Amino acid sequence: MTLPAGTDAVRQSLASFRQEREADWKAFEALLARVERRAPRTLSEDELLSLPLLYRSALSSLSVARATSLDSALIAYLEALSLRGYFYLYGARRSLRERVGDFFLRDWPAAIRDLWRETWVSVALTVIGAIAGYWLVASDKRWYDAIIAPSLAGGRNPDSSTEVLRSVLYDGGSSHFLSGFAAYLFTHNTQVAILAFALGFAFAVPSVLIILMNGCMLGALFQVYAAKGLGLELGGWLSIHGTTELFAIALAGAAGMRIGTRIAFPGELTRMAAAAQAGRVAATVMVGVMMMLLFAGLLEGIGRQTITSDATRYAIGGGMLTLWIAYFYLFRMVRHGNG
Amino acid sequence: MATARNPAELTRPLITPEGVDLRIKLADAGTRASAFLLDVVIIVAAAVAVTLVVIFGLGGLGVKEAEPLFIVWIIFIFLLRNVYFITFEAGRRAATPGKRIVGVRVASRSGAGFTIDQVIARNLMREIEVFLPLSIIAARGGAGVADTLSTIFGLVWSLLFSLFLLFNHDRLRIGDLLAGTWVVETPKFKLVEDLSQRKDPVARRFPFSPAQLDAYGIAELHKLEEVLRRDDYSAMKAVAETIGRKIGARIEPIDSKAFLTAYYGDLRAHLERKLLLGNRKADKYAR
Repeated sequence: MTLPAGTDAVRQSLASFRQEREADWKAFEALLARVERRAPRTLSEDELLSLPLLYRSALSSLSVARATSLDSALIAYLEALSLRGYFYLYGARRSLRERVGDFFLRDWPAAIRDLWRETWVSVALTVIGAIAGYWLVASDKRWYDAIIAPSLAGGRNPDSSTEVLRSVLYDGGSSHFLSGFAAYLFTHNTQVAILAFALGFAFAVPSVLIILMNGCMLGALFQVYAAKGLGLELGGWLSIHGTTELFAIALAGAAGMRIGTRIAFPGELTRMAAAAQAGRVAATVMVGVMMMLLFAGLLEGIGRQTITSDATRYAIGGGMLTLWIAYFYLFRMVRHGNG
Repeated sequence: MATARNPAELTRPLITPEGVDLRIKLADAGTRASAFLLDVVIIVAAAVAVTLVVIFGLGGLGVKEAEPLFIVWIIFIFLLRNVYFITFEAGRRAATPGKRIVGVRVASRSGAGFTIDQVIARNLMREIEVFLPLSIIAARGGAGVADTLSTIFGLVWSLLFSLFLLFNHDRLRIGDLLAGTWVVETPKFKLVEDLSQRKDPVARRFPFSPAQLDAYGIAELHKLEEVLRRDDYSAMKAVAETIGRKIGARIEPIDSKAFLTAYYGDLRAHLERKLLLGNRKADKYAR
């Protein structure tokens, strides 16, 4: 009994297929191992040019092997090799430094400009919250305790004397500047920003509530001071870092709202794709928000108690706000080349 | 809930611009968890090392003076873990050391290049998923105001987010979902010898008839390849007995390996010939 004619011929041709291509696979593997470890600069020009050729040769080998060979180890090897090559050749290959530069010059301001509608809504909500908070406390003092938790109020309440309230605004005194920063890190502001963003995916409802509540607290605090004729002074005290901080919180809320509204109303995309698209914009904004909050923390820790002149406080606060707005909305980098 | 038991369930098509489907495999939950734990171990080790150096370097300072340093330390840890994840994933291999060890990497779900904003998005969400609730608990515990309710809430929060990837088909974290990424396996295989090219002098003693070679299909051939590559005596003996019974051949236990090598070579040549003629015999039930 003999095998059908041609069986040996098939075996021979498959063996020679492997023999002929094996050198290319090995060369591609070695080249990939090198470029994955070190920058592509270390390759010679010839090696650089051979990379896509070797990749295509590996892909074609894979197609041939899948169609004709039953050696599963060989196919697994070629699949893994082609995948590595694919990720290398089609992955983003710009260096980290270039990308970080791009982030500050283009991506961050662009992402914030993209959120302009949500940012307006967020700012409007803060203002509405502030007016509501002011009005509520003005009509009935007891609202104050309901809006601002006693632990956060730090002894400031509608019954405090003018002197106590004033001393909070102008007394730097004994505290070390970094303790102010420390207090800042764990105050609710950072948590408000992060939660306003993170809870956005629940159809933006928590974000809206958090931003409203934040505005409410602002309004309530303002009423207490304004009733004692210290409104202008409080404004200065808040604005030195508050313009940066409130802007950051408004942006965080806007980022959360963007995610929530895109999940609720995905338009022509699938819900997943819409969420992914919104998430990338929102995440870019959030990195910036974190940096703004860190900046606000430094301003608060260093500047708030050491600079006690109202004019300087307003100047710094206003200057920061102008700076941020100019950076985000006015200053646009032109993209040169195909960057 | 999808289980990882069937490997085909975690395989996704990835068609290259050249038109070849690379069939990527998604990393399963266990692999993801072990990669993350490895990364946490590395970060914690780095943090402990730096902290020890600082403590011994500044041992003279009292508690009061050390307080601002504690704040700097908290910021340092925050930067350390974020810079760690973001720098490594933005690198050429798109994987942290933990991911590299278990052999996975991050890739864009759309198949296009993996960009920096995706890296940032998926890692910032981790901050919210895991580290934020835990650090709030730690801060409250440190201040002595941790109540049972908020601790439970924090733990449930981070647990819910950590387990989120078990409840969807593509094993996505919330961060993956928002960044448009997923984590895929990047196995590294060595090019191993072709078993059908093995020259075994004893194997020549086993000629097979076409009828004997028709007994099995491709699925069985691949199982046989696995057994031969594992090279385990008792497994080979059992398989040789089973095959011998099916095709009506008597094999001495000592000859199992030689017999299986010979049968593998001939069966593969037989099935590859059929393949060339347009008949992919998937398994022994196929005609």
